[in-house]
This record gives sequence, C-alpha cells and structure tokens, in this order.
Amino acid sequence: MAEPLLSVRDLVVEFPTRRGILRALDRVSFDIMPGEVLGMVGESGAGKSITGAAIIGLIEPPGRIASGEIRLKGQRIDNITPEAMRKIRGKRIGMVFQDPLTSLNPLYTVAQQLIETIRTHIDCSEAEARKRAVALLDRVGIPAAARRIDDYPHHFSGGMRQRVVIALALCAEPELVIADEPTTALDVSVQSQIIEVLKDICAERGAAVMLITHDMGVIAETADRVAVLYAGRMAEVGPVREVITEAMHPYTAGLMSSIPTLTQESDRLVQIPGAMPRLNAIPTGCAFNPRCAKAFGPCTVERPELIAQEGGRQVACWLYDEAKRREVPHV
Amino acid sequence: MTTEPNPTPKEPSRLYRMWDSDLAYAFRTAPVAIAATLVALIIIGGAVFAPWLATMNPFNPAELNLMNGFTPPMEPNAFTGETFLMGADNQGRDMLSTILYGTRTSLFVGAMAVLFAMVLGISVGLFAGWRGGWVDSALMRVADVQLAFPAILIALLVFGIARGFIPDNLRDQLAIWVLIVAIGLSDWVQFARVVRGATMVEKNKEYVQAARVIGAHPVKIMFRHILPNVMGPVLVIATISLALAIIAEATLSFLGVGVPPTQPSLGTLIRIGQSFLISGEWWILLFPALTLLALALSVNLLGDWLRDALNPRLR
Amino acid sequence: MIAFILRRLLQSIIVMVAVAAVSFTLFRFVGDPISSMVGQEASIADREALRDSLGLNDSIISQFLRFMGDALQGEFGISYRLQMPVTELILQRLPATVELALVSGTLAFVLGLSLGVYTALKRRGILSNLIMTGSLIGVSLPTFLIGVLLIWVFAVELRWLPSNGRGEVVALGDWWSTGFLTHSGRLALILPAITLGLYQMTLIMRLVRAEMLEVLRTDYIKFARARGLSSRAVNFGHALKNTLVPVITITGLQLGSIIAFAIITETVFNWPGVGALFINSVRFVDVPVMAAYLMMIALIFVVINLIVDLLYYAVDPRLRVDRAAKAH
Repeated sequence: MAEPLLSVRDLVVEFPTRRGILRALDRVSFDIMPGEVLGMVGESGAGKSITGAAIIGLIEPPGRIASGEIRLKGQRIDNITPEAMRKIRGKRIGMVFQDPLTSLNPLYTVAQQLIETIRTHIDCSEAEARKRAVALLDRVGIPAAARRIDDYPHHFSGGMRQRVVIALALCAEPELVIADEPTTALDVSVQSQIIEVLKDICAERGAAVMLITHDMGVIAETADRVAVLYAGRMAEVGPVREVITEAMHPYTAGLMSSIPTLTQESDRLVQIPGAMPRLNAIPTGCAFNPRCAKAFGPCTVERPELIAQEGGRQVACWLYDEAKRREVPHV
Repeated sequence: MTTEPNPTPKEPSRLYRMWDSDLAYAFRTAPVAIAATLVALIIIGGAVFAPWLATMNPFNPAELNLMNGFTPPMEPNAFTGETFLMGADNQGRDMLSTILYGTRTSLFVGAMAVLFAMVLGISVGLFAGWRGGWVDSALMRVADVQLAFPAILIALLVFGIARGFIPDNLRDQLAIWVLIVAIGLSDWVQFARVVRGATMVEKNKEYVQAARVIGAHPVKIMFRHILPNVMGPVLVIATISLALAIIAEATLSFLGVGVPPTQPSLGTLIRIGQSFLISGEWWILLFPALTLLALALSVNLLGDWLRDALNPRLR
Repeated sequence: MIAFILRRLLQSIIVMVAVAAVSFTLFRFVGDPISSMVGQEASIADREALRDSLGLNDSIISQFLRFMGDALQGEFGISYRLQMPVTELILQRLPATVELALVSGTLAFVLGLSLGVYTALKRRGILSNLIMTGSLIGVSLPTFLIGVLLIWVFAVELRWLPSNGRGEVVALGDWWSTGFLTHSGRLALILPAITLGLYQMTLIMRLVRAEMLEVLRTDYIKFARARGLSSRAVNFGHALKNTLVPVITITGLQLGSIIAFAIITETVFNWPGVGALFINSVRFVDVPVMAAYLMMIALIFVVINLIVDLLYYAVDPRLRVDRAAKAH
C-alpha cells in the first residue's frame, strides 16, 4: 500500500479544567491517503472539530496535544516550531470553516484577502497573485469573478462566501483540505453545490479532503472512506459503501439507520437510546456500552482497541474479538 | 462540568452549595479578590465604627490641643509629649482619627449616591423597557447624550445649579445631600441601560406574557421576573460605581465644591494636606491620600474581579 | 454619503438646541440676574425698569430666541463675578486649555493604543499582568491625587519641574498665546499633561485590550491563522484593524472629554485655562460663565462626534452600504 498522506497515531488531546483534565480525544488513530476523501462523522462533542484543529496545529489553549503523533508524508508535524507549522498551514494543509458569514474579515475585499494569502506562500508579484485569485474564484463558481473580486465579503450571499472561503483554503494548492462542517450554516438549497465544488476542485488538484460533518447523507455521496468518532474515541473506520450497508460497530449501525432514505421500509427513523456521555463521565470499558443493545461481559470492563478487519476495515468492539466472545458464550 | 462524582445522593446543605458554587470557587482561588475584600472591609469597618475607634473627635474643639500642631508620626510632641501614629495636623488633630471620620463622610456620600443612582437607573430602565415606543427612545437619547459628557462635569453642573436655588444660609446644611444627588444623577445611565435591555428581552418571553394575561400587575412582574435576571450585572455596576462615586466625591471636595468644611471627607483632607507639602509636613497629605487610594483600589479590584467572574467568556 | 452627513448635521443641531435650552434655563432661572447686576440698595422701581430694559418681562419663547441669537454671535453676557464679557474671558483662557488637552490627548492615545495591543497579544505574560494591575491603580487614582503626588515628587522634593502656572508664553496673533515656544512653557506643561492624560490613557488601554481580545476570538482571525498568514499579518493587519473600528468612536469621545476633565488638572496646577474659570463660576454661582462653558463643551462634543462618525464611515466598508440604505 502507498504511503499515507496524513497519519494520526494514538492522538490524545486534553483540556485542563478546574474539575480535572478532560480528554477530548483519547488515542485516536487514522490515515488519509493522497487524493482520497475521508469523512469524519460523529455527534457534536465527539471530537471531530478538535481532530481537525489538532492536525492544523490550532488547538485553543489551554487545550493541548498530550501524546500521540501526527505525520504529514512521514514527517512529524505535531511537535515542530510554531513558525514551521505556520508554513504548513495554508500551503500544505488548507482549512474550510463552518460559518462563511464570520470566516472572512469584513474590512478587507476578497481580492485583498486572496492576494495576501497567495503571496504569503507563493513567491509572485501582486499582479500575478491577482490573476491566480481571479482564476480561482472563477473556478469555484463565482460569476463575473474579475469584477466581483474587489467587493467586500458583505456583498456576497452565504453560499457565495463559502465559495470564497474554499478559494482561500485552496489558493496555495495544499495537499490536504480539512473542511469542518462546510455546509452546516448554509441554506439547504446550496449545500450540495458547495460540496460538489469542494470535491471537484480537490479532485482536480489531487488534494485529499478530510470532511468533518454530522450529516451521513453528505458522507455517503462524497467520501471514499469514513471514520466514526464516539466520545473522543475512534469507533469504526472503513470504505464508505461497506460501512453504510453493513456497519460493524453497534453505534455506527445506529447512526446509519438514522439516515432517511427513500427506499426505507420503516416509516420512522430509528434512534439510539440515551445520549453521548460527557467527557468527564465516560464509562469504564467501551464508551458506548450504556447505550448498546449488544453489550456483554467485557464491554463494561475493558476498552476495546481499534482492530483491523477484512476489506480494509477497522472496528473497536468486543463483538469482533473471538477470544472474548468464547469467554462469555451466552450472548 | 456540573455533575459531581458524588456516590451518596445526599442533598448537600445550602451553605455547602454556596461554598461550592462557581462564584465562590472563583473567589476562593483569587488571592487578589480576597485581599481586596479584606482591605475594603477594614476601611469600611474603621469608618462605620469611627466614634468608638478614634482616640478623639477631631471636630470637637474642646478635645484639641493647639500645642500638638504639626506633630510628626510616631514622635512625641516637644511640648505635650503626646505621640500620634500618623502624626497630627496644624490644629493638633490626630490624623488617624481625622481619617476615620473623613472616610465615614466619603463612604456615606458614595454609598448614598450609588443607591440613588441605582434606584433611579433601575426605575428608568424598567419603565423605558416596559413601555417601549417614544418614551423609551426619548429616555435613552437623554442617557446617550449624558453619557457623552464626563460624570464629573454633570455632577459639577448639578451642584452649581442646586447652589443657585438654595438660599445662602442653608447651603452648608444641605451640601451633603446636594452632593449625593449631584453624583447620583451623573451615574444612573449605566444601570438604566442594563435594566432596559433585560426588560426588553424578558418582556416578550412567554411566562411574562402569561403573567400579563392572568392580570398580574406590571410592577409585580418586573420585580418577580425581570429584576432577578439583571442582579449580576447590576451588582457589578454598583461596585464599580461605588469606587467612581467615592472618587467623584473626593474630587469635588478637593475642588472646594463638595462637603462643607465642618464635615471634611478624604478629598477635603487631601486639599488641606496639599498646602503643607511645601513646608514639609508630608503626613498631613500622605495618609489621607493612601486611605483614599486603598479604598478606591480595593473596591475597583473587587468590581473588576466580579465582572470577570460573572462573565466567564473572558477567562 | 451626502444624505448621511446631512442627517448627522441635523442631529448635531438638535443636540445643540437642547443644550442651549438647558443653558438658557440656567441663565434665566438660577439665581436672580437683576440682584447680581445691581447693588442691594436699588429700589424696586429701578429693578423693574432694568428688567424691562433687559427684556426679562418678554415671553419665555422670545427670550430663548434672543438667547440663541446672542449665543450664535458668541454673546453670553457679562460675568457676575469678574464684570467682563464672558466670551472674552473664555477666549483669553482657551489657548491654555487647548494646548494642555492636545498634548495629553496625544500622549493618552499613543500610549494607550500601544499598551492595549501589547497586553492583548501577550495576554498571559508577566509584564502584561503588571501593566493591567498598574492600570487598575491608574483607574482608582483620582486625577487630582495624581497631580498632587506628581507635584510632591517632581516639584517639591526633586525640584525638577514647576508646580503651577504655564511658564512664559508667547503671543501668536491677537487671539492665541502659546507655551510651546519657550523652555519654561514646555517644562510647565509636563506635569499637567501627564496628570490629565494618565486616566484617559488607562481607559483607552483597557478598551483596546478588551476589543482586541474579542476580535482575536473571531472566526476570521482563526481562518487567517489557518491560512498560514504570519502572526504579524494576523495581529496587526487583521486583528488591529478590526479592533480600531469600535475603538475610534469611544476614543474620540474620550479625547473630547479631556477638555472637560481639564477642570481638575487646571485647579491642581493653577493652570490659567477655561476649566479653572468654570470651577470658580460654580463656586460663586456665576451663571453666565456656567452657561457659556456648557455650550462650549457641547459644541466640542458635537464636532468631535461628527468627525468620529466620518472616520467610522471611512474605516468600515459595511457602513457604506447599511447607512446609505437606511438614509434612503
């Protein structure tokens, strides 16, 4: 297998609070291959956005990476100097935020923001940067880009602003784009267009995408592989089609059955009973065990590790551990 | 972050819950807040109990001995042999006693002025927020314009106008009350703004609408439902206002347009002390100045801390 | 744009008329103008004749209109205390106050802005915490006390700087006298300028810090970081510019209020400015001076407000759309 573009191993992110240290991410591991789209799903608070922030080196203090490694093409990026990390941001890893209305500085024109970013990373003249910027805006689908580039952000609609944000994230041709809920704040009518633009433009440039969302529908349409986070831990990773059609982890199965589809026979959505635990009250054993219908002996005692399965899949669940199942036969 | 890993489901006592609340925790872990509280309490206590703490009543001429004039701190007087911790002023008054009484005046004026500003501001805020419409815009425009001018200027103007109306023979008697009104009138706007904002928000909530439908009196609704929502910010403003009012009173008295000479405040004492600087009797200035600074600073620190503690976003 | 300016001008005029009404009320109803002008021994008939000749028996409206007319021409009557035309008194003393306010305003703005930015960027640094604690002392120290303490240290003990007056002044034309041009004038300016500027500086610093911290938390700053812009570009190009938008308004008004705050400083340092004139008018209920001073402060406030609005308009592109839309 080829070398992964991004490799995250046993990543632990902690936030000290006055009632103790909270583990927002607990030994999270996954890879992103060059050019692939990895969907990162989970409920709010599961740690999706923190994973993105950790990769790009922008965790808000006092939060910090406590242990683990992040490698970009084999090179560690979790422990390098701030200045070295800054040169990676934008240039090798781009990021798209959730709310396009607040992501752009209201006091600068789109041209000023694009040219500034391009010239930070690429050695070129102002005119050249401007030409690139216009081409990019045109590519992300802004009509009359050459004229509108000198407008201020508030002249654009929400969907158009998100296109500008995508252009900004991609203007230095990064190898990886982290898109954190890129469509959540948008009108439903433009959501799919934005995803389309993001996917196409990344495919063209061979950039990989880490798509953070809680919308399984978007994942199903866009991603090559999907990683499921639950309470700061990785529950399951695998090719998107397999994970959707036959989920291994009971949590994933619950998540998938909550996707509404036209062909679904049951007339109402199945819900997983209960709620995700708070970070300061994660149960011992598997974090999902209190809500799991299939929980048995070891689930409340010992935490399951992410184990590789057939077809490039990985799952963290005792149901797939033959030895444990044999110990407790009557499941 | 509020769930306790408490195995016994025993209901904790009210006192314990207060002790364990976020505000109390923030207080316990903030040495600055504790120190400021202590300093403020000592000064306030000294002022309240001044008649019992002071070795003399500095404004009773019978108790003064002019021979003690200009005695330096901690040194026995050459003629009488008396010693004063903080020295004595030109008329032989014990500085410590004078300061205790002066602080009493300063605190009284400051606290009354804040109380006046608070009552006025809350009433205007409730009224404007509840009525809305042109009443609201008119009141808030007045507030805006007033806010643009420095409080001290407003206080001076009110003071000057009041003096014009009050006959000469009553001026000294009424001076303290005029001062309280003048400072209070310069400081009501902040209260009014906060209360008005909260009133506008709460007024449209369903439970308030429901209370209106069943015919509850608006005044009752305001006190039961709206005021409790703004107690935090009002407390912060009141604390900071107290510091400002003490400073305003001291400034006016320093400028010679404040309390009457028969009832000196810290500002008056500093004005008197300033005239003895050139001749070298520094203690007549320094100790009142330090007291004023300690009082204003501790109240300010407390207000500042309170604002941060009640607004956790900034931490 | 023009509609916007016209609207602001109209508002300013309304404020001025309101302040004029307050001044007029003062002028007309506080104390008795007649007894301030004639001696105790004047007969009732004499008083009545004077009332008539001064127009005090006309309707209130026509008296107010006359007051406004006089005010527009800079006529505020005669000071009760000094028996001189009020306008002349104020003009004589204005240069002293303006020079003091200019120097301390510049001081306050430059230092306040730089310290505010520094403490916001190095939020958890030791020096920042020291500055913040120091600033609380600055807020708690009454202006007059700063002045008195500075006099004690630098004038009485060290004897480096004068403790009162303006030093030697040079006349510039008929209306202006400056202390900038002489050595003693410049020396005399130092302590009062620090006294007057310190409090404003503290306020500006705390404001800049609070606004900047707010801006540093916004999404567009996070996004600017995520694009790999240098911290210099993020902090000064993006964060500072956005901080300045709200800061401009409040700071402008702050600096305007320096003229009024000068009252205290001028008293402490015996500075021969309009503030000292005003405080004496309050002490002796010299109503014409009080009324004129109030109008002057209001005019300064209104003018600064207008300038601030225009600046705001220039800095924030969003307003150009919103305000224009509202004005139509």
